[in-house]
Amino acid sequence: MVEIRFHGRGGQGTVVATILLAKAFFRDGYYVQSFPLFGVERRGAPVEAYLRLDSKEILIRSNVYTPDHVVVLDRTLLESIDVTLGLKTGGWILVNGPEPPAYLKSWSGYKVAIVDATHIALNNGLGTRTHPIVNTPMLGGLARVLGMPSMEAIAKAIQREVPSKPKANIKAAEMAYEEVRVLEAVKDSTSSSARA
Amino acid sequence: MKQVLEGSHAVAEAVRLARTQVISAYPITPQTHIVERLSEYCADSTLAAKFLRVESEHSALAALIGAASCGVRTFTATSSQGLALMHELLHWASGARLPIVMANVNRAMAPGWNIWADQTDSLAQRDTGWLQLYCEHSQEVFDTTIQAFRLAEWLNLPVMVILDAFFLSHTYEPVDVPRQNSVDRFLPSYQPRFKLDIEYPCAFNQLAPPNIYMEMRHNIQAAMDEALIFFDQVEDEFEDIIGRRYGPVEAVQCEDAEIILITSGTVTSTSRQVLTELRDKGEKAGLLKIKLFRPFPTKAIREHTASAKKIAVIDRNFSFGASGIFAQEIRAALCNHPGHPPVFGYVAGLGGRDVTTAVVEEIYWLTKGNDMPQPESIWVGLHEVDHAIGQS
Repeated sequence: MVEIRFHGRGGQGTVVATILLAKAFFRDGYYVQSFPLFGVERRGAPVEAYLRLDSKEILIRSNVYTPDHVVVLDRTLLESIDVTLGLKTGGWILVNGPEPPAYLKSWSGYKVAIVDATHIALNNGLGTRTHPIVNTPMLGGLARVLGMPSMEAIAKAIQREVPSKPKANIKAAEMAYEEVRVLEAVKDSTSSSARA
Repeated sequence: MKQVLEGSHAVAEAVRLARTQVISAYPITPQTHIVERLSEYCADSTLAAKFLRVESEHSALAALIGAASCGVRTFTATSSQGLALMHELLHWASGARLPIVMANVNRAMAPGWNIWADQTDSLAQRDTGWLQLYCEHSQEVFDTTIQAFRLAEWLNLPVMVILDAFFLSHTYEPVDVPRQNSVDRFLPSYQPRFKLDIEYPCAFNQLAPPNIYMEMRHNIQAAMDEALIFFDQVEDEFEDIIGRRYGPVEAVQCEDAEIILITSGTVTSTSRQVLTELRDKGEKAGLLKIKLFRPFPTKAIREHTASAKKIAVIDRNFSFGASGIFAQEIRAALCNHPGHPPVFGYVAGLGGRDVTTAVVEEIYWLTKGNDMPQPESIWVGLHEVDHAIGQS
């Protein structure tokens, strides 16, 4: 089983990101389970959402404590939240940002990648200048570093589930797939996908 | 077709496919997504139902009592304080023999204000004459909601379909949603045995003096007894058409089990995982899931636990001054059954506290390590607190 934790802020599409990703993995033949942090959501406040995927039926119905990978939609969260809490050694940390985060040194033992999802979202007209919606480009970046799910499945999930600007969202995901930068040497991204 | 659905939306899809005619509800977290989706279906005519907006849960159920009295298929959904506010009318719905279906998303009672999973809200309504069905996953939520209408309309009793807050209501997972014609075959249109009709005026629910009231109550119990039999028939038909069944209880590896864990709701699913791990270690563990709580499946529970040495009941609920409520019911079911195993009662996961595999494992080992249960419930994972009112 693979568990992925998403960190974002209310209004950025964090929960929707896990739902889209669940649908994409389901399309690619996985069992999936996704849910938000069970709390009271407010715009701008820190939000967490989770995804489990497995090649067999998922029985565990408790929270995610030791994720395999984390995705950070808003890097200002790095100042207040330890996104590595419980993260398994060797897991990916994918951060939205134009340059390597200042916390890189404290992340030894993890694989780190960045993608400027905010820039990509703005270029594709997703959200507003003050509130860009970065979830779909983050999915494109994640699909690249994990080697799964397929971009075709992500595009299909966006097509079916995103009511506003599905084409621009798909394009943003594809751009992020191309632009994501791996900061620590990783030989082959597909090797991590075998664990599902 | 299988699709990734939120648990709340699994309920809404079932209510849509059941061709429900009148829906009335008042929004409350964590139930809101159910009626939100249904209100959209009513607004865009996906579902040809009348959606009655009301000012409280009490009014929501009152509106359905009116609608169901006119012989139409009805649905509502609520949680926690909302269900408590319906209390008076819960009795009315069953006493008037109206086949109303309700989804209750288990949420803790306040105060302290808490929106998370806890079964005390629905279990506190166990004496109101509603059937109660506790679900483990979203597929079961969907299937049970469809079945609930068959049960309700055959028995002329209201049915409550119960799902855990968030662990089901807000969780997305694959759910098979059958075609409309399959659901129609299983669930034909509602043919009421009686209804308010201006062509044949009559009055319902008049004074019932002592010479008939007891018989009316006894009739409700007779319908509950019939429900235990009819439940299997409904599942047979559902399995024929849709291809799935669950049973009023489900026994997993109970035949040779020395210790049987008894669970309900999503804790069952997590316990299945623990059971596999315990069996891998050579432990003779079993699992008994209770789905049907009202009527209580006493006979099935006696049969499945007959050869066990110990029973460990996990309750995500509590009756103050007594114990976990499933544990109470199981003790009552077994007490006149010769040679029954001792019943260990555990309370865990109140107010949404996570019941992890570690919690379930701890319960197993606590049970194994003690010969006889203590009279009071064991609260698992309780934190130390400095101050408590009423303790000096």
